[in-house]
Amino acid sequence: MSVMSFEYKVEGGDFTRAGYASSQVKKMLKQLGVEAVIIKRVVVCLYEAEVNIVAHAYHGVIYISLSSDSINMRLVDEGPGIPDIPRAMQKGFSTASHEVREMGFGAGMGLPNIKDNADIFNINSEVGKGTVLEITINLTHKAA
Amino acid sequence: MRVGDICEAVKGKLICGEDKTDVDIEYAFASDLMSDVLTVKCDSLLLITGLANLQTIRTAEMSDACCILFVRNKTITDEMKQLAIESGIPLISCSITMFRAAGELYKAGLKPLF
Repeated sequence: MSVMSFEYKVEGGDFTRAGYASSQVKKMLKQLGVEAVIIKRVVVCLYEAEVNIVAHAYHGVIYISLSSDSINMRLVDEGPGIPDIPRAMQKGFSTASHEVREMGFGAGMGLPNIKDNADIFNINSEVGKGTVLEITINLTHKAA
Repeated sequence: MRVGDICEAVKGKLICGEDKTDVDIEYAFASDLMSDVLTVKCDSLLLITGLANLQTIRTAEMSDACCILFVRNKTITDEMKQLAIESGIPLISCSITMFRAAGELYKAGLKPLF
């Protein structure tokens, strides 16, 4: 099975570019003829996670690995990390700045929405170092 | 409801997407919270918002929203317009409030999601 791999760099605080990687992945999946409902789940996860790096981290890298039956997205950032992951996963909990809230985010909905849309979702974080998110979505038609 | 009819119903101005005035839209969702928009599972959607920045356009792109209506004469920058053109999303600007825009469009036949 052939696997395609891509990398995108993300800068913390750069809201003008936030969403660029998600947009590129959306175009690629469209070109490959992936079903629209699955593309939407992929890009909603990726966009929320990309915005999280911009909003909370210093910088990060998105690693995309695409096979014929699934897409794996690994988002690795260097940043303050998350001290209490179960709390961060609760709907409504957020540590976002005023600037992030002005952008229409920071309502504590991102991580729960990623989990809802993903088939496999893992999050690991180390305070003072950074956070790693791993999201896998089947490209075949299975419910999340 | 056609994009052109939506524009007329709110006495709006079409900022871009002149080739998309015949696109038919069934539902509308009004929010300034982009994370909330990203929870919506619908692909025939008008986004009504007072939040005008690049992430509004990106959110519409990721949510498969067919059109964005900006209320209360919000400033739409050239960068926003350019990104909307690239994403194929028509933008409408109007002067009325979000409440009134939602009311007029509901009356004209656009459906709520929930």
